[in-house]
Amino acid sequence: MDVSGINSKKLITPGIFIVVLALLAALPFYASLYGVVLITSILMYIILTVSWTIFSGTTGYLSLATAAFFGVGIYTSAILAGQIPIVIVVILGGLVSFGVAALVGALTLRLKGVYFAMFTLGLVELIKHSLIWYEIKFTGTRGRFVIVVDNETIFWIMLGIFAVLLITTYIIRNSKYGLALQAIGEQEEAAAHSGVNVTMLKVVTFAISALFMGAAGAIMATRWTYIDPGIAFNINLSFLPVLMAIFGGMTQLFGPFLGATIIAYLEEILLTKFPYYYMLIFGVILSIVILYLPQGISGLVQKFWRRFPGGKSANT
Amino acid sequence: MRILEGEGVTKYFGGLSAVSDVDFYVDQGEVVGLIGPNGAGKTTLFNLISAALVPKPGIIKFKGRDITGMKPHAICRLGIARTFQTVKIFANLPVFSNVRVGSLFGASKKTSPAETGKTTAELLEFVGLSNVSNIPAKDLTLANQKRLEVARALATKPELLLLDELMAGLNQTEVTQAMDLLKQIRGEGITVIMIEHVMKAIMNVCDRIIVLHHGQKIAEGTPQEIATSKKVIEVYLGEQTNAGS
Repeated sequence: MDVSGINSKKLITPGIFIVVLALLAALPFYASLYGVVLITSILMYIILTVSWTIFSGTTGYLSLATAAFFGVGIYTSAILAGQIPIVIVVILGGLVSFGVAALVGALTLRLKGVYFAMFTLGLVELIKHSLIWYEIKFTGTRGRFVIVVDNETIFWIMLGIFAVLLITTYIIRNSKYGLALQAIGEQEEAAAHSGVNVTMLKVVTFAISALFMGAAGAIMATRWTYIDPGIAFNINLSFLPVLMAIFGGMTQLFGPFLGATIIAYLEEILLTKFPYYYMLIFGVILSIVILYLPQGISGLVQKFWRRFPGGKSANT
Repeated sequence: MRILEGEGVTKYFGGLSAVSDVDFYVDQGEVVGLIGPNGAGKTTLFNLISAALVPKPGIIKFKGRDITGMKPHAICRLGIARTFQTVKIFANLPVFSNVRVGSLFGASKKTSPAETGKTTAELLEFVGLSNVSNIPAKDLTLANQKRLEVARALATKPELLLLDELMAGLNQTEVTQAMDLLKQIRGEGITVIMIEHVMKAIMNVCDRIIVLHHGQKIAEGTPQEIATSKKVIEVYLGEQTNAGS
């Protein structure tokens, strides 16, 4: 790796983030309401994808539990919103998800490969059906109304979660724990014998990723106003972040962003412009990317970047 | 001083005893060879010492302290490092990062990033991989991957190093280089247990040899004693061997 490349990258990346964040924070003052709502959705997808990548992208443990942790956040919000300030509700939503993930992770992270993936997928259904049972048995209803929060507030809170997630991801990637997570993904046994507390690191990272998913769910619930277990634990939200991460490419920090932004925007456009062909077009684009861009969109961006005489980050 | 002791160390896989009731000890500063036919339980014994497996029953003591049942990372931080029979490198990470993992996590004392970088660079120099420190580990030759594993293990600042077939699959020149490396490691005062099939290396480098057969310790002694032991010749070395040459 080129040393000058690392140094310039270290300065440029946070710089770009700060500018983008500032521009986004002012969005409600210059964009239409539709724009604000659209960007909120895109941010939600970015949060789910990036937080999924923190754990699964590095360790190679394919988690399909995103919908479960998102849903836990939604239900936390459904129960608590209106009684305490919304910011606290969101933080609690994240913390409850963190707790659930830590518990589940401690129990299941010894499973490898497809077994872990299947378990996490099952977790979504498990929580969903437990909730349906509980609601019918004890509250006598299926759904719940969630207190309405105005769109600007939802947007700013979502942006806040996004900003904290960015900082967290950046810190993890550049810390020794980022290296250890990569080592686990490469050769877990060797990592353990080199002094990495693999169980602890996996469980904590899994829980941190769930924290952001839960927080995003907690604020999103206030936009949907009515939720039931089927809406809250939508299995699509387990697969979409995986697709978005693959689409964007996982080797670079900005890959998952790119993937989530493009797919979320594409979905919106296709859904409104071509409601009948939306899934078809979507599927074709995804297939092309997976077939011809194994490193995702970010891999393509890098390829072009390397051709520039100034872009000296060319390594390998 | 006894750095490592095992009492009645046993491990069953189902009904099969991979290691059965083995007593052993290793003194500080020694180089001990562990030999025996394939399937004798040598690697299993390494796995038991490094805590990849837990003996049942049996006790393993490191510097007088019972370490049975501890986790692999904790064992590593205590000062026991290992390499693997089939190399287990972080294939897609640069050579430098491979060693850095050991230095960052394996050492008992916390070190600053600058120190870690320095240690890593020194170790790569020590095993002769300085000029390839930036390439992905998977692109190294087998001999160099094995050196990389040694460097990663040394980065954890071990007092006891377990080398599992360091020389298997290497050509004559590479074996000689590996033996030089081994002598250098010994010069650093690190205690070594090595599993090896290359008799020349075992006989040349080891102070003492332990022979396993069907999970049991059948002989123990100096290279000279082992080379002339009837029992060992019968089960492992064979009549025609010119061990010790």
